[in-house]
Parts: sequence; structure tokens; C-alpha cells
Amino acid sequence: MQFMLLFSRQGKLRLQKWYVPLSDKERKKISRDLVQTILARKPKMCSFLEWRDLKIVYKRYASLYFCCAVEDQDNELITLEIIHRYVELLDKYFGSVCELDIIFNFEKAYFILDEFLLGGEAQETSKKNVLKAIEQADLLQEVSMLSSIDGFSWLF
Amino acid sequence: MSDVVEKTLTALPSLLSLDPQPGSAKLSSTSKLGNLIRGITELTSKHEEEKLIQHELASIKDQVSSPNTSMMKELMVRAIYCESLGYEASFTYIHAIKLAQQGTALEKRVGYLAVSLFLNESHELLLLLVNTVLKDLQSTNLIEVCMALTVVSQMFPKDMIPAILPLVEEKLNHPKEIIRRKAVLALYKFYLIAPNQVQHIHNKFRKALCDKDPGVMTASLHIYLQMIQENPEGYKDLTASFVTILKQVVGGKLPMDFNYHSVPAPWLQIQLLRILALLGKNDQSASAVMYEVLDESLRRAEMNHNITYAILYECVKCIYTIHPKSDLLEKAAKCIGNFVLSPKINLKYLGLKALTYVVQQDPRLALQHQMTIIECLDHSDLIIKRETLELLFRITNAQNVVVIVEKMLEFLRVNTDDYTTIDLVGKVAELAEKYPSDTMSTVFSVGGDMMQPDIPNSFLKLLSEGFDSVEEDRKLRLFAVDSYITLLQKEPGKLPQRFLQVISWVLGEYSHLKDELEPTVVLKLLAKLLDMKHTSSETKSWILMAMTKLCEGGAEVSVVREVSETYSSSMDTVLRQRAHELQYLSQDSELRAKVLLRDNGLRPLEVDSSLSFLDGFVSEALAAGAAPYKPPHQRQEELAQAKALSLEPYGLSLPMSMSSCSITDRQSPTLLSMSSGLSGDSAEISHKGGSTSLKLDGVKRVWGREGYLPQRAAVEEAAQVEVPCTLRSPSQQGDADSSHSQTPTSTPTPTEPDPEKQQLASLFFGLSSQSSVCLMGKPEPTPHRFRRKAKGVTDPTSSSLISTPSNVEKLLCNNLLDSNIASELAVSSAKQITELPQGLKTASSAADEDPDRPKDLCLISHLPAELSELCHSEITPLCTIQSILCAVNSCQYRGDVLIQTPFNHLHQVTHVSAELKKSTQCLSFAHSDVTFPCRPLTVSTEEYGTMWLSFSHDTKQNLTLIGDGQEALTATLNVLKQKLQLHVVEIIGQEGILSCRLLQDQPCLMHCRVHAGTLAVWLRSPVPDLPDCLIYHCQRALQEY
Repeated sequence: MQFMLLFSRQGKLRLQKWYVPLSDKERKKISRDLVQTILARKPKMCSFLEWRDLKIVYKRYASLYFCCAVEDQDNELITLEIIHRYVELLDKYFGSVCELDIIFNFEKAYFILDEFLLGGEAQETSKKNVLKAIEQADLLQEVSMLSSIDGFSWLF
Repeated sequence: MSDVVEKTLTALPSLLSLDPQPGSAKLSSTSKLGNLIRGITELTSKHEEEKLIQHELASIKDQVSSPNTSMMKELMVRAIYCESLGYEASFTYIHAIKLAQQGTALEKRVGYLAVSLFLNESHELLLLLVNTVLKDLQSTNLIEVCMALTVVSQMFPKDMIPAILPLVEEKLNHPKEIIRRKAVLALYKFYLIAPNQVQHIHNKFRKALCDKDPGVMTASLHIYLQMIQENPEGYKDLTASFVTILKQVVGGKLPMDFNYHSVPAPWLQIQLLRILALLGKNDQSASAVMYEVLDESLRRAEMNHNITYAILYECVKCIYTIHPKSDLLEKAAKCIGNFVLSPKINLKYLGLKALTYVVQQDPRLALQHQMTIIECLDHSDLIIKRETLELLFRITNAQNVVVIVEKMLEFLRVNTDDYTTIDLVGKVAELAEKYPSDTMSTVFSVGGDMMQPDIPNSFLKLLSEGFDSVEEDRKLRLFAVDSYITLLQKEPGKLPQRFLQVISWVLGEYSHLKDELEPTVVLKLLAKLLDMKHTSSETKSWILMAMTKLCEGGAEVSVVREVSETYSSSMDTVLRQRAHELQYLSQDSELRAKVLLRDNGLRPLEVDSSLSFLDGFVSEALAAGAAPYKPPHQRQEELAQAKALSLEPYGLSLPMSMSSCSITDRQSPTLLSMSSGLSGDSAEISHKGGSTSLKLDGVKRVWGREGYLPQRAAVEEAAQVEVPCTLRSPSQQGDADSSHSQTPTSTPTPTEPDPEKQQLASLFFGLSSQSSVCLMGKPEPTPHRFRRKAKGVTDPTSSSLISTPSNVEKLLCNNLLDSNIASELAVSSAKQITELPQGLKTASSAADEDPDRPKDLCLISHLPAELSELCHSEITPLCTIQSILCAVNSCQYRGDVLIQTPFNHLHQVTHVSAELKKSTQCLSFAHSDVTFPCRPLTVSTEEYGTMWLSFSHDTKQNLTLIGDGQEALTATLNVLKQKLQLHVVEIIGQEGILSCRLLQDQPCLMHCRVHAGTLAVWLRSPVPDLPDCLIYHCQRALQEY
């Protein structure tokens, strides 16, 4: 996978993860282009797009679009399932996720993504294992937070 | 699932105040980030948002530098948020790194995240992260190790990989599988960015493949897929293992954890199928091992969920890639059918894609689904349309080409995406080339200026080469002339520049075929084009060329005179030159007949691309003390350097008389073409006179792209035209018809067949069983057909010494001989031998006063290796002009006398050896085709290592590889060794190091590595510009090869 973008129906980028080195300018251009193209597509249309020499796989969940760029020879359907699994993970973690969860806790969304995809490849496809890893890290976080008053105040 | 999301969204407002679920954090409503986000959503204008963010950033900046780090994590999250909105917060980058380094575990996590979001692989701050990663990799805290591995496999400075590699390797033996898995993925990342760094741990990959944890094994498959892609032969022994793994997975032997929607480990299955496809390709024995498990996979994957479709699709692809087995193919074909016929649009798309993939092997499949395909052609989704066109492109033959091309053009008209347009225009052009027809006009007007420049070129070649029958050629050309005239009469202003160029070439070349057409009419039309405002100067020069071909004296003279007068004072030198050509040739019909032959297609034109006929002139100029030619990039460089005030005296130039005669004495427009490029600067003339090989560049430009080149190249190849269009016998056609009507999907309804769809069914015309296979062939090889041939014909070495001068060159030669400069050319060689060194010597005396002359230069070392062994005279330095040293010596070789003059200029030594052949009576410069003559520098690998570190100037670039597979590196380096005389120090695996030097103390080191199909080259030298210069020549050497 080359990159993953999450954006809202209004075209606001919510999450972006780049697995190939690109300059800031290129990233901005690519995301602007893609957001425009995808938002212009009708709901019944194909979830795949040819864009430059990449294949774009996107899917809409409620008000959020999840969009991945893969190489041409990659399997589009499994990419679609990667998106789906990520949504499942978010859902399980946040407990019926919504866009606001991702807006306000975007760093958590990133952590989950990093635990699920590493370097652009699916590293752990078991839902249970991903969440276990995240929870362990969270636990560590809370333990150390309880020991520091500042962190504690931040928590609430 | 998505329903759930939808539901929660409708309940959004209440959700905010609700107590969140156990997993989610509770900050949203009160934290500063929450305030910021809410603040932004309340704003109405972009301007307000900008103000708010600037204010926010200012406050972050304020707090971030205070020593109290308790807020750091929160500040960092806010900074990430601002960055994600597109505002720069670069001041926080260093704090992110600090946070990852010094923070507690929880802060570290945010620090690492911020680093991975803020910086990209090449960012210099990333170097500061190396120590942190090192420390965390050694930590006893698993979470910290995980974080470090995560960040390492996302981004890590390539050069620093060796520093952490041992630690990552160590983690492959870690008791926890999550660590092992991340370590494997980190190594995968290293393999991608620097394959040579992880070469030595290949056996550890094998260990990971055999790991008891399926997750670790899955991770290792990423590396294997990559390695097998690059070298399938090296991993054939693993075929059985992969098959066994797949069998176990399909058989449900993995823990339930790996199931996804009750399908066992789909990601793993797909990865394995891709690997098997690579291993089984063109390998019958390897394929035989797979058949059983592939059959099993097909059987197990019931069509019920997206994930099984994904597996099926990969399975089908694999079956069609490996050595074929009929019953498997049948099952796969059925599968594809299910995809294509599926009402789900995603599956339909994949079905079309699969069809496109397999149709090369089995065109009947397309026939089976022709009705669906036709429906897809009119699909409202452009992506489906595009994929269908791709499919049709693969099944194009002489019968259906017209309909298919029409469909493609239709698509082009509505398409707005540049990338697709370029791709599709290329395909249409390829088809038009294969199955000639008149579609090219449309392609040009639709494709516009976006298409690749070689498309119009190959079209023009096609027109001029012609086909089998003369009559057909004539018809096609006449048709082209007719349609272009009509186009010009309408609204030429709207046509793209490239098309205008094509039009003017065709009219210039073929409008005489149409008898009733007056040249004046064409000329007037062309003149109108010239006057249009947006006509580019490139197009204008094409038009002037066409006019030159058209004017035959008579009525049109007035138009021509007017045009040539206007443009002979143009600011554009090329245009000015064209105008002069037009002027002279329109007045001198005899000369014109000589230069512009009509119908010269029968006799192949020979081109002396080395311009050996100019050698006399060059040697004359050199003898008279002229400076050697400098390639443009070098001249530019010097120009840039010279922008600083120069206090040194100007270099020696040609004697005044000579430079003036070169402009005034020449009557011929062709010679004017030489001098017009010089803009009257005598110093430049002398540059031009240096080396024949470089001279070629200058002249090529004049006679090149805009002008005579297409014509010449076309004529050269006229004899070798092959027409790939295969005509089918009527019986075969009948065959096609019958099988066509037999197909179940296209059962013609007896009552009222849809006429339009029937017409479209002609798409599949000629796609019947056997005959179609030969009709289709493979679509790839055609586009470069011409170029490859051209190379053979104009091979400089074969034509430089013995060549029949073409008419143009004859003209040049005659003029040369007329002028007194070149008259000595005819003098016998015996006289020349003695004269030339003398002449050179006298020239040198003039420069003897130069005080800067280097005293102690080891000239012998600059002799080419092949000459230094022969007996030769002493080297006589002739002159030095600033940094240019001109010296001469003569060598005896097999009775021929070689005079060698090394020119030593700054970082460039140019050897021009003049070869005198007794037999030919002609002085020709057998210039070594090494335009950048460096000497091999023999060093050991250790010496190389120390030198490498001490050199300061470097450059990096990717070059194309020659050949493929394992031998590519060696082959490429050998070419460089031969062409540029580089010394290959050592080759290890996919890496090689080379060295060379220019002068005694001007070495240049080169490090090459094969990466992703290209040769990544890194050059280092103590001399500025030398690496750049050498990379340029490497590129050229490889291109020429």
C-alpha cells in the first residue's frame, strides 16, 4: 500500500498515512486531487479508481471516506477488506465509532492503524491481537498517568 | 457494520455528552484539543481559521520551549492537528524527537507518532532519532521495543540502517511473537529501501518462514514475495513448502484467531497465491506441484463474501499465469464468468480485469461474454468503461479495429484525466500503426499536445514508408492531404500544435500528389497559419519547411518572398535559418532539386552521422589554433563561472579572415544553417571546430527534429517495412461468424435484434477459435519497432569511415571544396603527414608566450591505452590557453600514421586522433567515440573505501539497466567499462564499485546498486562538477548501447 487517507464528506482530511516518501507539496496535491475525484463519484459506482499509475480503493462508511492507494498488481478486493477490518477495529475500540471519535482521538486512530498495518502491509489481521496490543499500551499509559498528577488532570 | 456507524452518527449530539465506552478516552469535551477542534468547526471563513491556527501555533510555540514537559504530549497532539489542517508547525519537529527520546512511555508513543507524521524518510532531523531507536530497541520494556520497531519499519534513514541492523536481527529470536513479527516487517522495509544491507541475513528469513507463529510466517512472506519477484529461479526449492502452507491454511489448520469472516487467513492465502504464480510461471514441474491445492482453493472459496472473491480472483490469476492445466483453466474461466456477470459493480470490474489478463491466452473467453462487454462499454462509470477498452485493446484485429478505435476516441472526448488520455492515445496510435486507417487525424485533434512526441513521428514514418501496394499508399496520402486541406480551410486555430506540425509536413510532402491542387492555395493556407498568434515557433519552423518543399517558382513566389522576408529577421535563430533556406531554395531551382528530392523513397538515403566529411574543416580549424568544441552543458557551466568578473585574457580564437568568410562567402543555405547557429561569434566557431563527435550534436539540431530528419529516417527504412496486418481468408471469416452465433449469450432474437448492439458485436469479429490467436499476437512489441531499426541503420561506426555522401552532404562537401579553407583536403596524404604537425607547431608558437602554461604535466599518461604501447614520437605541447593544453604526438601503427592530439581542458580530456589512411587520400578524424575520456584508476577495495569517505562532491542518480536478471549489473558495468574506460573495482551481489580518473589527481569513484529494476548510482569526487559530468556520460553511454 502506498498511502491511506480518511476524509469527511465535506472533503476535510481526518487521517493520512503515507508509506512512500513524498514531499509535503506532493502529499497535499495528491490528497486534494483524490478527495475531489472521489467525492464527485456517485454512490453506486465502482469502489476502484485508476489514478496515475496507482489503483485507488475507497469505501464510504457513514460520513467518512476511507481511501487506499495500492499498486496495479495488488488485489483490490483484499484492500477493500483491509479498510473494512480497520473500521471494525475502530468500532471495537471506541465502541461503535463515529467521525467525532476519530476527530477528537485521532492519535488513537493512528495507533490502531500502526498496529494493524506496518510499512504498508497488513501485519496483524486478528482483531483480538491488535486490540490486545493497543490495550496493553494504553494500560501502560494509564498506570504512568495515575502516578503523575498532571497527566491525571489531563485525563479528566 | 456500516449501519452501526450510520446509527451512531445520527445520535451524535447526544453521544458527546454521554459517558463514552470503556475503550475510548474521555478528553473530548474539555481538553484544549477539544476546544480547538470545536473552535474551528464554529468558524465560517478560511481567513478566520487561519487566524485561529496561527494564534494556536503561537501559544504552542510559547509553551513547548518551556522546561516543564508535563504538557508536551498534549501540545504535540495539537501540533499534529494543526499540521494535518495544512499549517506548518515545523518548530515542533525537534520537540517531537525530544519527546520520543526523553519522555515517559506514554509520551514516547506520541513523540514517535508525531515524528512519523511530520518527517519523511529524507528529512535530516531523522538522524537525531537513531540514538533513541537504538536505546529503545535495547529496552526491557516490550512496549518500547514495539514502538521502536514500528517507527523503524515506517521510516528510517537509509544510511543509518547498519547501526540498528544487528539489534533488529536479534529480535528475530525474541520469545514474543509480536516482536518477532515487527522485526520481520522492519527487515522487509530495509529490504525495500536498501536490499544489499540485508543480503547476509537471507537464511534468517528462512527461519522466520518456519516460525511456529503463523503471524511471523505471514510477515516473512512479504519479503519472499519481493525477492521472488526479482529472482524466481532462486527460490524454486521453496515451492513445495509454500504449497504445503497453503494446503494447511485452506484446510483450516490455523488457529481461529486468523479467521476473517470465517475464512481462514485470507491475507495469507492471497500472499501465497501470488508467490505461487511467480514460481509456477513458465515452469511446468513447479506448476504441477500446485495444481491440487489450487483446485482445493477454488472449491473451498464459496461465493458468498467479498473476501472469498478476493481469494478466487487471485486464484484465477495464478491458474492463468502458471503452466496451463485444462480442467483448472475451465474452472477458472467459469469463475471469471461469475465475476463478469455479477450485478455487483466491484466484481464486474474485477471480472473485466481478469478477462483482460487471460484474454491473451484464450480469446474465446471474451467471445463468451461479448454481450456483457458491450453493455460495460456504455456503463455510466468511466472506470468500467476504461477497463473494457483495455480489454478490447487486447483483442483488436484487422476486422474490429475500426469499431474499437472509434470507441476509444469516444472515451477520449469525454475523459478529463491527463494520465488516462496519454495512455489511451498511445494505444490508439499503436493500433493505427498496426492496422492503418484514417483515424489518426482524430487522435491528433483529441489527444492534442498531451500525447507523447513519438506518436506523431511514428505516424509520419508510417505515411512515408507506405504499405504493400503503391496504389494504397497513394490513396492514403491523398486522403490525408484532402482532409488536412479541409481542416485548414475551416478553423485551424483550434487545432493542437502537434497536429499542425503533422499537417504541414504532410502537405509539404504529398500535396503534389493531388493534381488539381495549386501549390499557391496550400502556401496561402500555410501562410495563414504562420500569422496566427498562438502558433508556436516550433510549429512555425515546420510550416516554413513545408513551404520550402512546396515552392516551385511561378505564381507562389510572392507569398514565399513575403514570408521569408518576415522571418529572416526573426529573433528565433531556427526560424531565421528556415526563412533563409526558403529564400535561397525558392530562387535557385537547380539547387532545390538537388536538396529536396521527390519520390526518393526507392533509394535508401545514407547518412554520415559522424560528419566525417567535415573532418577536414575541423582539422584545419584546429591547426589554426582553434579551441576544441565544448558540449553545451560544459559551456553553460563555464558561462556560469564566468559571470564573476574575469580578469584573464580572452582565449585564442580563429583568425578573423576565417570567421568572416564563413559567414559571407557561403551562398548555400545549408551552410548558412551552420553559421546561423553561431550568431557571428568567432570564438564559438572555434569551439565548434573541436571534435567531430560533438559537432554532430550541433548539426543534428539543425537538420533534426523540426526538419529533415523524419523524412530521412523514413526513407532509410522504406525497404524494411513490414505490415503486421494479417488478412483473413473468407473461409476463416465464415468460421468466425458461425462460432459467433453459437455463443449462448448472443443468441440473436428472431423478432427484432437490437441493431446497435449487433453493430457492436463486430467488436468480436474474427475472434474465433484458432485463427484469432495468431491475429492477436502480443500487443507490446510494436511501438518501439522503428526506433530499434533506426539505430542499426545509422550506427555511427559503420557509416563514419566509408559512406556515400547523401545529396545534402554532397552539397556541403562541394561548397567546402570550393572555399579555400578546405581545398587542402584534396592534397595527398603523404604531404599531409608532414604538414600537419608542422602546421600545428607553428600555431603553437603563437601561444608560447602564455605565462600560465603548466610546466610539469605527465602527458604520456593521457594517451589512450591502445596507443601508449605503440612506438610514438615525443609529445610536443603546442599551446596552452588558460586551462586548455593542446599537445601533439604521432604514432606509427600498421603503416598508418596516427596523429594524436590530446586536449586537456579543466576536467575534460578530449583525445582527437587523426588517422591518415594512405589508401583513401582523405584525412579523416577517427575520433575516439569516447567523448568523456577518463582513465581507469586501479585501486583496491580498501583504498576505495578511504577515498570514498574523503571526497566531498557527490551526485546520485538512477540509470537504466542493460539486460535483466542476475547478469544485469555485470552487463551494465561492462558497458560502462568499455565505453568510458572505468575500472571495475569489485562486484558483490547486486552492488558494484568503479573508479576512474581524469588527470593524475582527479579521481572519481562510483558506487552502483541494482534497485527496483534500475541502477542506483552514487558518484563521488574531490573535483566539483566531475560527478555530474560523468553521470551525464554514463547516461549517454547506456542510452547509446
